[in-house]
Amino acid sequence: MKFTTLLASAAMALGLASGAMAEDKTKVGFVYVGPVGDGGWTYEHNKGRLAVEEHFGDKVETVFVESVPEGPDAERVMTQMALEGADLIFTTSFGYMDPTINVAKKFPDVKFEHATGYKTAPNVSVYSARFYEGRAVQGHIAGNMTKSNIIGYIGSYPIPEVIRGINSAYIHAKKVNPDVEFKIVWAYTWFDPAKEADAATVLIEQGADVILQHTDSTAPQAAAQEAGNVVTFGQASDMSEYAPFPRVSSIIDDWAPYYIARTQAVMDGTWETANTWDGIREGMVAIGEITDAVPADVKEEALALKAAMAAGEYHPFTGPLKKQDGSDWLAEGETADDGTLAGMNFYVEGLEGEIPQ
Amino acid sequence: MIVLEKRPQPSKAWSYATPVVAVLATMVFGGILFAILGKNPVEAIGTIFWEPLFGEFAFYYRPQLLVKGAPLVLIAIGLSLGFRAGIWNIGAEGQYIMGAIFGAAAGLAFYPLDAFYIFPIMVIAGAFGGWLWAMIPAFLKVRFGTNEILVSLMLVYVAEQMLASVSLGLLKNPEGFGFPGSRNLQSYESAHNAELIAGSGMHWGVVTALIAVIFAYVLLNRHMLGFHIRLTGEAPRAAKFAGVNPARLILFCLGLSGALAGLAGMFEVSGPSGVVSIDFNVGYGFTAIIVAFLGRLHPVGILLAGGLMALTYIGGEIAQSQLGLPAAAIQVFQGMLLFFLLAFDLLTNYRIRAARSEVA
Repeated sequence: MKFTTLLASAAMALGLASGAMAEDKTKVGFVYVGPVGDGGWTYEHNKGRLAVEEHFGDKVETVFVESVPEGPDAERVMTQMALEGADLIFTTSFGYMDPTINVAKKFPDVKFEHATGYKTAPNVSVYSARFYEGRAVQGHIAGNMTKSNIIGYIGSYPIPEVIRGINSAYIHAKKVNPDVEFKIVWAYTWFDPAKEADAATVLIEQGADVILQHTDSTAPQAAAQEAGNVVTFGQASDMSEYAPFPRVSSIIDDWAPYYIARTQAVMDGTWETANTWDGIREGMVAIGEITDAVPADVKEEALALKAAMAAGEYHPFTGPLKKQDGSDWLAEGETADDGTLAGMNFYVEGLEGEIPQ
Repeated sequence: MIVLEKRPQPSKAWSYATPVVAVLATMVFGGILFAILGKNPVEAIGTIFWEPLFGEFAFYYRPQLLVKGAPLVLIAIGLSLGFRAGIWNIGAEGQYIMGAIFGAAAGLAFYPLDAFYIFPIMVIAGAFGGWLWAMIPAFLKVRFGTNEILVSLMLVYVAEQMLASVSLGLLKNPEGFGFPGSRNLQSYESAHNAELIAGSGMHWGVVTALIAVIFAYVLLNRHMLGFHIRLTGEAPRAAKFAGVNPARLILFCLGLSGALAGLAGMFEVSGPSGVVSIDFNVGYGFTAIIVAFLGRLHPVGILLAGGLMALTYIGGEIAQSQLGLPAAAIQVFQGMLLFFLLAFDLLTNYRIRAARSEVA
């Protein structure tokens, strides 16, 4: 007998057993890449989990494992959750993509939801948020706030999601401040307070007085606070403990409505493979309070920008835009299609440096 | 008053007893920690140590113990030889990464050719990659007297950068939509380090780890080189008189530990992991240092210690999802293990004696 069939039959046997035991209690598992107390990415996913618990009360049971490395360990954690009777499993980091697909093959009756990836299967959906819309607002504020005209950017990994954010922030900073320059540091981590703090310090030493981050901890906020005159933005979570300064606004990921809807779909038996990519309009991306450290007119413009995106009137990637090498990308008035955005692997014109290869 | 008195001879009994005592002490103090966190300590400890071995899903976890333990044992065996001779390779993590890169690159170079010789070539390439990376601190130490601890450790970070670089460039999956990471070797038959018996967890890396244990045992107990290694560690002056060539010993110990770490990386990337990705390494090279000491630098001890560490990892994950224990508590639990081991180790070389207070 093949191992996969062995696992599947064991799962089935368990499904029967637990079905009799816990009368239709839906079990939802969450796999986290960082600790739930990271104050950023994982913190928000965990808030989504708690929202599911609150919404469904006794009808659900949620389990989670935090700080799971992206690789074979993730595969084991997912298998373990599936074995223990999870009906729906959210895997919340890009690097969980292949493990999710592998485990999903072994448990065809368990539904999987993978955040920020691109591989789907009959029982695997993918979901992500249009963070780049939030980056447009950040870029607008950042371009106005910088005095040194140097904006530091802490990148995590050079994957399309992060590159989209850099491009979007740059385009909108440049619009309000033609002299602006981006300095980008790649941390090669999602969560490592020490590395993130180092990156922030390096950028500040190079003259940056605004720091944008695509990493999950609040360490860059702390570094900026120490420096005293450096502006930051909350990432993935509000990070309001650093408001009103250095944190002047934030991008907040709100996963709760999505998690509740998908759990409901599993309960109703209506769950289907989906590829969800929601933004400000749907409420998956929210802009945290813009503090009084930002001049009133800038704040007003930023809110107008947000409103335009919420209404679907404005797309952050609207032509005319050129690629870094000077070649044409989008003509006047043309907007980027989702396919190009999903696989974005180029900088827009004006950004310096190369995407690491 | 209590004083410590140095034993004339290290106590043999204590040297065997300390790992057991350390595990017991970890259970007790870990239990207290879990109780403070509001969990039932007996249930928590039980989950960590019992569930993976004899629980409901042991059929899945037992093979996983092999998968998790094999790289630890393989790396720790190599490290232990050097540690015995006072040669401190702290950079096994980097050698592990380089082994994975070399091994995967060798395999992917043949893609999509289907041939029996591809996997053996990958094995050789993996070992070579690790060996090469360890030769840098070895050469610098022999030639310029640099400190191998610092050099090997720093090279871990260099290796991590190389890993990021090849994941984004050289080895990037051409069909990966621009995302970093190589092709998945699990779906390339000729390069896949598959389970030898489906569902057993037994892949070539596990077999190699077992062979390494036997090889190290024979080397240390039956071979002149093993004698030189032990002698250098225990009595450096005597070793000099016995004609030990320190440079040769450094090259051998660092090179072998590098090659074994490289093999571990290669078996991991071609098997359980499948892809060269930016965060491929998860700290096996560092955890193996704990395993080496927990196993008293003895091959059989390392085998047991590797199993124990794997158990705490897998049991720890189960405790997290079943009991809601935070991951940090599990890490503290593992840290306690090393702490108590080192603490009780004192009793191997010293004895505690009640002394009458004397007038100074």
